Amino acid sequence: MESLQTVQTVATGVLLGLGCLFIVIAAIGIVRLPDFYTRMHASGKSDTLGQSLVLLAAIVYEGFTLVSAKLLMIMLFIMIANPTATHAVARAAFKVGKEPWKKGDKRR
Amino acid sequence: MFEIASVVVLLAVPLALYRAIAGPLVYDRVLAANVIGTKTVVLIALVGFVFERPHFMDIGLIYALINYLTTIAVLKYRAQGGLD
Repeated sequence: MESLQTVQTVATGVLLGLGCLFIVIAAIGIVRLPDFYTRMHASGKSDTLGQSLVLLAAIVYEGFTLVSAKLLMIMLFIMIANPTATHAVARAAFKVGKEPWKKGDKRR
Repeated sequence: MFEIASVVVLLAVPLALYRAIAGPLVYDRVLAANVIGTKTVVLIALVGFVFERPHFMDIGLIYALINYLTTIAVLKYRAQGGLD
């Protein structure tokens, strides 16, 4: 029983660390990338993965309870809704006629 | 453990807020607002663990739903000039 709890704690720590790393990388990408469409890569993929990993760490820490079921619902909803919202933003910008950034262009 | 993670998530918010203030396009600002909203959901869940309040997960779930609706509504308003 003791070793199972150790495994649970270590898995929680590893998942939390990975999730925080992805969240920080996504935030840096949102600031640093040169164009609106490239910034959406940071928001749509890296940020979703980081937040899902942090919530997964909370689920592993909690075990099989009602709270972990709610956390699983939040995680699944974020995994569905965040890329959908990002795609909607990209589609709206493309329909207005914003051109994607090419190599050698100015940062904007 | 959860305290450190919540501080790291909180430190990522000002970076997105910079893009929301300085972003040249409207879509940059909408994207940054969406990112801040989803970070808030994670932060609510982590704070619920830190202070041992399991009810915070319900608040986080509702916040995620409202955040998604807000992004879609702002985009629709921008594209059509109305919400009909």
